[in-house]
Amino acid sequence: MPWTKVYVDKSEFEKAAQLQKEGLRGLTFREALKEATSQMMEKDERVFVMGEGVDDPGGIFGSTAGLHKKFGKNRVMDLPIAENGMTGVAIGAAMAGMRPIFVHMRMDFLPMCMDQIVNHAAKWYYMTGGRTNVPLVVRSIIGKGWGSAAQHSQALQALFMHIPGLKVVMPSTPYDVKGLMVSSIQDGNPVMFIEHRWLYEQIGYVPEEIYTVPIGKGIVRRQGKDVTVVAVSNMVYEAMKAVQPLEAEGIDVEVIDPRTIKPLDEDIIIESIKKTGRLVIVDIGWKTCGVSAEIAAVVAEKAFKYLKAPVKRVTLPDVPTPNSPVLEDAYYFDYKRIVSSVKEMFREI
Amino acid sequence: MVKNKKKTKTVSKKSAVNSISAGVLRKLYETILRIRRFEEKIIEVYPGQDMKTPVHLCIGEEAIAAGVCIHLRKDDYIFSTHRSHGHSIAKGSDMKRMMAEFYGRKTGCSKGKGGSMHLCDPENGILGSTAIVGGGIPIAVGAGLASFMKGTDTVSVAFFGDGAMDEGTFHESMNFASLKKLPVIFLCENNFYATNSPQSARQPHDNIAKRAGGYGMPGIQVDGNDVTAVYEAAKEAVDRARAGGGPSLIECRTYRWKGHVGPDCDVEKGCRPRDEHDMWLKKCPVERTRKLLLDKKAMSEEEMKRLLDKINKEMDEAVEFGRSSPFPDASELFDDVYFSGGK
Ligand SMILES: Cc1ncc(C[n+]2csc(CCOP(=O)(O)OP(=O)(O)O)c2C)c(N)n1
Ligand SMILES: [Mg+2]
Repeated sequence: MPWTKVYVDKSEFEKAAQLQKEGLRGLTFREALKEATSQMMEKDERVFVMGEGVDDPGGIFGSTAGLHKKFGKNRVMDLPIAENGMTGVAIGAAMAGMRPIFVHMRMDFLPMCMDQIVNHAAKWYYMTGGRTNVPLVVRSIIGKGWGSAAQHSQALQALFMHIPGLKVVMPSTPYDVKGLMVSSIQDGNPVMFIEHRWLYEQIGYVPEEIYTVPIGKGIVRRQGKDVTVVAVSNMVYEAMKAVQPLEAEGIDVEVIDPRTIKPLDEDIIIESIKKTGRLVIVDIGWKTCGVSAEIAAVVAEKAFKYLKAPVKRVTLPDVPTPNSPVLEDAYYFDYKRIVSSVKEMFREI
Repeated sequence: MVKNKKKTKTVSKKSAVNSISAGVLRKLYETILRIRRFEEKIIEVYPGQDMKTPVHLCIGEEAIAAGVCIHLRKDDYIFSTHRSHGHSIAKGSDMKRMMAEFYGRKTGCSKGKGGSMHLCDPENGILGSTAIVGGGIPIAVGAGLASFMKGTDTVSVAFFGDGAMDEGTFHESMNFASLKKLPVIFLCENNFYATNSPQSARQPHDNIAKRAGGYGMPGIQVDGNDVTAVYEAAKEAVDRARAGGGPSLIECRTYRWKGHVGPDCDVEKGCRPRDEHDMWLKKCPVERTRKLLLDKKAMSEEEMKRLLDKINKEMDEAVEFGRSSPFPDASELFDDVYFSGGK
């Protein structure tokens, strides 16, 4: 189906689009995100966008650009640089009947909001015995490259995954970013909506109407029988790029995109492992206590007997992001690391 | 943009100008010019695409760093932000090591780990710079607390923008520093914008200095493009802090000429009004200081020319040093995560 397919590059999408005489509509990740926001704001007047720079000419890398012209500055509200306090404001508005989407240009600013997110948003529904819920979406963008360095490039999804009461969504395709944004707005819980900046140009099929993608459901991006590669966010594309070189080595890869890391679709991973017996987890965050650690633990608990080899994790090394291009190169990885990790796994057996 | 014109207290400029010696004026001019040329050098080399670090230029705001840091000793602390080049230069950092840092080299002031937003020079009172808005303010207060506890007379300056004033850390820091009478100077560079967000979209009034009263400390608002006004205000605050008189807030009103980040102007992109930008260009701190020096015959045109040549040479050398320095080895990625000299 066109919406489950990952288009690794634009030309592939164009080919696919040509095949589909129906005329598939292609949007970038950025456009799909903006469309979801805009359509939900039209449909539901409780929905509003808040964040530093949401109404400026750049419009959060284009994802909110021009929305203030359509909806006015009260519904697309620029904010003081006061992340923690403003998160509290968003939480209060959410509880009192609004549906705020709080946007952060960099995920690195979320540590400022930890008190309100962790102590308040995540706990409120529970603390009130289920009487007051917090329908809040917190968008944040992960940066990378050009010396972004330690405070402008962090992928902190694991911090939030740890907290009961939060949902954590990491879409990788234009189709999913729209559908998951709609679901997140409607969800009624605090949802951490995490976008990698490098996904913004990705093109894919996006229907015009409002639709949802369920939170908590992963997807098999490619079926294979020899090894399961679970990859999050933009690593889905790297995993897809690893498929062919591995095929050339006679290794048939199954690629799973969890789409949501909390709740995590454990079944889709376990089912895959039953078939392949091997698991490689690819995350854009650090290793220790990261998303990969959680997935590996789940598999150790629930699918150990199906494993033919130790689990492998492909992650960032446990160091802050450096500035120097040489160090950046040593820090980040791409599909080649996935290829070599998978090959290693087969060699070791 | 500037609606509320009421001032907390203003420095009488005439008296300031008259009390500053020709020697000091020359020093101030030299620093201002050095910062300007440093930033212009970055604009010149940036298209080469080998300076892979986001640059936040302070062109237009140079007089503030110069007018403040001239009062500081080597052991006094400054804490700065993403827009820190001018502060480091004014505090006397080695521009070669700064440029090397921008080029991601091993010889950089942060060994290529930090980049333009994380300059440091610990021997010179710069323990580090942070790119988290408001993040450095409480840390500067902490350094002030250390001086207080150690019984030294070093002072600590927190440089921050109008944007940082939005953050809770500013208010919490002001409160605590005043409560404990710490030797801290809160130095706000009010350029009326935080990225593209005008002050009026974030704050109910534009008088930042006024906030000081609520925290029980002196607050003063000065023309940040008038180096003599900055000089006078900073002198008073630094002297007071050093003598145990507690913290002060100084608001320096200024304007950044370039976009929030990068070497280009952002006016064409619709980020700021053209007439506002042009109006501020007329208040150029380099030109104003130059004119003052000439008026007061503190420096001749000829001397100025020689100074410019000297500074230009420094810039060439700094870039050359940066570009020709070795990159760190990839294995250094794993160094410096933890301090290992503990005993
Ligand atoms: C906590 C935090 N929020 C947001 C940002 C993004 N950001 C970087 S600089 C900046 C504006 C800062 O404005 P100001 O303090 O006035 O300094 P200026 O850039 O004008 O010198 C913003 C919002 C950040 N770095 N840190
Ligand atoms: Mg500012």
